[in-house]
This record gives sequence, structure tokens and C-alpha cells, in this order.
Amino acid sequence: MERIRNAQVLDRVREEAKEAIKNSRCRILICAGTGCLAGGSGEIYQRMCELVKDNPDVEVEFAPEVAHGPVEVKKSGCHGFCEMGPLMRIEPQGILYTKVQPEDCEAIFQRTIVKGDIIRHLLYKQDGLEYQKQDEIPFYKKQTRLVLKNCGHIDAEHINEYISTGGYSALEKVLFTMKPEEVVQEIMDSNLRGRGGGGFTTGYKWSQVARQKETARYVVCNGDEGDPGAFMDRSIMEGDPHKMIEGMMIAAYAVGAQEGYIYVRAEYPLAISRLRTAIAQAEECGLLGDNIMDSGFSFRLHINRGAGAFVCGEGSALTASIEGNRGMPRVKPPRTVEQGLFGKPTVLNNVETFANVPMIITEGAQWYKSIGPEKSPGTKAFALTGSVKNTGLIEVPMGTTLREVIYDIGGGIKDDGEFKAVQIGGPSGGCLVTPHLDISLDFDSLKKMGAMIGSGGLVVMDTNTCMVEVARFFMNFTQNESCGKCVPCREGTKRMLEILERIVAGNGTLEDLDILDELAQTITETALCGLGKSAALPVMSTLKLFRDEYVEHVVDKKCVSHTCTAFRKFIISPERCKGCSKCARNCPVGAISGKIKEPFTIDTEKCIKCGACESACAFGAIHIEG
Amino acid sequence: MLEQSYYDKTDEIIGSHGTEQAALIPIIQDIQSEYRYLPPELLSYVAGKLGISEAKAYSVATFYENFSFEPKGKYIIKVCDGTACHVRKSIPILERLYSELGLSKAKVTTDDMLFTLETVSCLGACGLAPVLTVNDKVYPAMTPDAAAELIRELRGA
Repeated sequence: MERIRNAQVLDRVREEAKEAIKNSRCRILICAGTGCLAGGSGEIYQRMCELVKDNPDVEVEFAPEVAHGPVEVKKSGCHGFCEMGPLMRIEPQGILYTKVQPEDCEAIFQRTIVKGDIIRHLLYKQDGLEYQKQDEIPFYKKQTRLVLKNCGHIDAEHINEYISTGGYSALEKVLFTMKPEEVVQEIMDSNLRGRGGGGFTTGYKWSQVARQKETARYVVCNGDEGDPGAFMDRSIMEGDPHKMIEGMMIAAYAVGAQEGYIYVRAEYPLAISRLRTAIAQAEECGLLGDNIMDSGFSFRLHINRGAGAFVCGEGSALTASIEGNRGMPRVKPPRTVEQGLFGKPTVLNNVETFANVPMIITEGAQWYKSIGPEKSPGTKAFALTGSVKNTGLIEVPMGTTLREVIYDIGGGIKDDGEFKAVQIGGPSGGCLVTPHLDISLDFDSLKKMGAMIGSGGLVVMDTNTCMVEVARFFMNFTQNESCGKCVPCREGTKRMLEILERIVAGNGTLEDLDILDELAQTITETALCGLGKSAALPVMSTLKLFRDEYVEHVVDKKCVSHTCTAFRKFIISPERCKGCSKCARNCPVGAISGKIKEPFTIDTEKCIKCGACESACAFGAIHIEG
Repeated sequence: MLEQSYYDKTDEIIGSHGTEQAALIPIIQDIQSEYRYLPPELLSYVAGKLGISEAKAYSVATFYENFSFEPKGKYIIKVCDGTACHVRKSIPILERLYSELGLSKAKVTTDDMLFTLETVSCLGACGLAPVLTVNDKVYPAMTPDAAAELIRELRGA
């Protein structure tokens, strides 16, 4: 790898990398994100590589305007359309093949690569239409991909690919044409707000670190994306690691830091390995280390692996963990910007925030502010999951409505079910329901609704979901992850969980609902850190929006969605039952009896409510009550 | 008493991370990935080498969920019970695996040391929910039956 000694070399390397991509007649990008790898994209990559190698002199007939060159096979990062994986993108046409299997490779090579024909069964189809090009698919067409622009389009394991897209030009710009205070000002002017959940103004944070007396400072990237149902940071780290690294370097230059740490959760082994590769390559070509591009600026970057503690996503707990301590939050002030990592002033932002920085520097604060609401500008990546047709990772301008996200991009509710609620912001967030579908998704609007963007997890729920169970699920999560330092969180979440467990087991009382309310308020007001303060939000939000459902559980002893097993009662309808005995043979506890050719019955005392009989019955004679 | 080779390996790991206190977590992570658990003797040994009290090292190791003082099985199965997997029915998968393997919340490793069954809050593969991993390999869109089949395959392997 060539050493990038100065800005001129960087410019030349960029031009060469661009030229190389332009010269290739065809690029085959196979998604190697966590999702597609799980679907077998590694084998598809191998197979395509072999096919290209075995046919070195293949004639490619499409796109005569593209100059001659080799066929390239690349592993890309996550495209975000995980539901349809494994995905394969073919350039220059921009074809997207979905659900590709290793046995399709031969046909793809012979027909599409060699002849330029489209293989129709691999195309994405929706509402009777077939989509040849990736950009035309509604899922992508309605998005504005800025932070995720390169994810899926470049090979994340080669620094030159990032450089070819204009990568590290923002770093070049700040090092050679801007003073550190100008960089801080630019970020301040852009109104960029932290994407980790709180929505704190990034530029203000940087300016506070920059004005500390202490000269040893740190830049820390929070890659401990612990919210269940959120994976945008994982996709950035896996699919475009250099963008985030460049953002961190710009932050370091702006605040005068020479050392940085990336804290990544242990559950993301692929992200850790891609980051390691990225750092090693940046060091090898001189974009990380001492005196970068002869500018006098030096920066070293370390990776810390998390060890399975959700609370480490909280700033002071994260720095404690890097220092080798128990990851417990501390009382603030002093804030992280004053005394953060190793007691020094520290810029702590999350992955997506840092990934926003290079484009703000390149395109300018004014341009950035023109996207979305002025007070909450830019785009936001959301992980769209749950009962929605197109699950995956999406990016839209702030201010987009929930309806556009769920129906236009997500394609609506799975199996044509009915929308019930969307849970936003994970265990620290709340629910939004039908009347909220048209509110604007941005920091301030959501806060008013008693929800928050959080890190951007959107879990869509249909009418088969029990909201009390959902509240119990989140409380169980938070209780497990409570570090135990402060009493309100340690004891309060435990008591709330006990009550919720009692309710879903059919033993709740109306009084329990009032105690839940009271506990929720106390914990929110008195807990030490963000985890505790927001722990009760899912309960408060569901209690407010779905109080009827709680009341049904405690008074009528009913769960309308049939989720809570305690309320389930399996009944055999005598009119439909043919007396075949299949249910009795499948029952694991011998609760079903009867005479052949006569209706069978279930002994509800013995029944463990497993549902084996219901799935075994060929006549649909068994149904659930309660 | 552990064999000498364990201490030699630990010295090698300490060598690659240094003896600052901040190196404690990376060191015990490496020990754990080497032996699939954290032998308590080695934790004490590391504390001595880093010049911190055993109590301190123990407090750190017990805080984080990833560390285990109990040996784990050859195949570590993690069933994701994040929100997306939960609403797409991950619990029936977990229950089926418990019954297939004769395990429970209290007993997570089979006697033959072949399987350890754990849950995890989110693996970030929500688009493919419900998922589980076996030694970090992700298995997408699982069902109770597919999970049981996977166990049979792994037993045969």
C-alpha cells in the first residue's frame, strides 16, 4: 500500500482508485453484512470469484460506453434490505438480485455478466411489479441515504474504495485549510445533534472540550449499540468503517486530542474485525499515526471490546469500562467533557454522529441544515423491524413521518395485518399509535409525545401483540441490565417487573396499575443515569395508550391478542371435531380424551397451553378463548 | 491446580496487552476466548501481575455478563431475545432448545460439555428475526423445529 505522505499523494491515490473502478467493465458487489453472511453470502462470493477466475477472457456485451477492464467481485457492507438477502448488486447497471443462492451463481455469470440478460426470478417484486434496478425499488427510492451512502456500494475491507468516493477529503480540508476553532464552529453551525439518543448538540460538546485547560484530551466513539432492535451503528462499522474513523479524526483535530478509543459491543464480532482492518490499513498508508500527511497532526486509535453490559452505553459507564473498571455510571457533574476518560476532557459521540461529520465539512453547515427541520437537521438511520413487510436498515431525512416510513418504505404490515403500535427508542423509548402516524420524526416532536428517537430502533407491532407483555419484556430487560448502583433503578425496576409479571400471569389487581404509575414517576425523577431515568418509559407509555388492555388483564382476566399463556383456554368445537384422535396423540401431558369418531374434550386442569393440539388438528376444530 | 501451560498462555496474553489497569478487561477477554471460560486461578494470577487486588479483579469479572467462571460447552448457542426477535416469537425457540438439551435457566451447560445455551439481548441481525448464533455463526429466521434440527446436526458433527 502506498504511503500517503501529503495531500498531493492523497489526491493522486483518489484519482487512481476512481479510474480503476471506472475501468472495470463490471463490479459484482456481494453483501457481506451480518445478515447476508448468515444467509450464505460467503459461499456466493467464493463461487463468483471462481467463475470470474475460470473465465478470464470473458466478453462482456453490455454497456459499450464503459471502457474495457476486468470483472471485479467485491464483498460489500450491509445494504440494509436484510429481509431479502443474500443480496447481490451488479454495476454499472445497478441491478439488485435478491435471495441469491449459490446455485444461482453460474446462471448469473453466464446470463447477466456475459450476455447482459436479467434473471427475473432473482428480482425484487412488490405489488405485481418487478424491479431491475436497486434505486427504483420503493424501499430505496423513498430513502435519503447520506450516512449509509457507501454501505453496500463499496468494499469495506479496502481503504482505496473509501478514498475513491471522496473519503478522507474532509480530513484533508480541515488539516490544510481550517483552524480547529473553525471546525468546531462549522459543526456548531450545522446543528448536528448526537444520534445516540439524547440529541445533545455535537458542536457545543466539542467546544466545551476545546476550551478546557487540561491539554491531554480524548475522542471516544460509542459503538456499544445495546438497544435491542437497533443495528444502524453495526452496519456503519461493518459497511463503511472509514467514514466514522474520519469523523473521529476531525473531532480530534478540532478539540486537540491525539488519542481515540472505539468501544464496540462484543456481540458485533464482524464490526470489530472490519474496524481492525480499517485501522491497520489507515496506519499502513499513513492516514493514522504521527504527523498525518505532513500536517503536524497526530492521532492514534484503539479498539475496546465490550463485555456484555448494556449500561456501558452510558457515557461515564463506558469510560469506566475502558479504564478497566466495573461499568457503572457516576454522579454528574463533572461531565464527560470536563472529566471523562482517565479523568481528562473527552468528546464522546456515537458511531452515526461521527459518520455525519465528514459530509458536513465537505458540503458545509448550510447545506446540512437544509435537510430536515432546522433545529434537528440531517438524516437519521432507523432499524425497521418487527411486523412489517420490508424489515431492514433505512435512512430518511429528519422530519419524515412514521406513515411514510412504515407504509412507503416498509411496505406496510406483514401478512396484511393491522397496525397497532410502533415501539421507538428501545427500552428507553415509548410507543406511538395510529393517531401519531403523521407526526414528524425528529428529536423535539417525539419528546413532546413522551417518546424518543433513542438510537433509532423502530419495532412495528400488529394486533397480535400484547402491549402489557411488551412492557414486561422491556422492564425485564432493564432490570437485568440495571447496574445496581442507585436504589431507585435497582429496587424500583425489580418491583415494577414483579407487578408486570403478576399481571401477565393473571394475578394483577387494579391497585397494581396505580402502584406502577407511582413507581414509574419516582424512578424517572430519582435514578442516577439515563438508563434508570428512562427505564419506566415503556410502561408509562403503554399505560397511557393501552390502559384498556391492562384493565382487561386485571379485571376481565383476558388477553385479546392471546399472547399471555395464563389466560389461554384451548377448546375443541364439537361441531367441527371428527374424532380422529390426532390431538390426543400430540398432547404431551395427556389432557385430551374421547372416543374415536366422537368429539374429543380437553381437560383444562391438565392442559399446559402449549398449543400442540391446535397445530395438529387438520379440521381447525381447536381454538383459543381468553 | 491448573497446568503450567495455562499460566504460560496467560503470560503471553498479558505480554500483548501490557500491565496497565486498563488492560484487565482485554486480558481476561482473551483468556476466556482461549479456554471458553475464565478459570478463577488465572484471574487471581492476572490481578497479581497487574498490581491490583484480587477483590478488584473479581468485582470487574463478575460485573460483565460475558465472563464465566464455569467451563462452557463446545457449542455456545445464543438465542436472541431482542425486541424484534421477541415479537417474532423467539421464546418458543428457547423453550424447545431447553427441552431438547435438558437444560434450564439454572443449568445452562449439558453434562457432556457439548452445548451451552444462553440468551442475548440483541445480536443486531433484527432483519432476520428470530435468530440464534452458534459460536458466533448466525442462523437466521429460526423456528423451534429448525432449532431442534440444528442440534441434531451439531451432535452428529
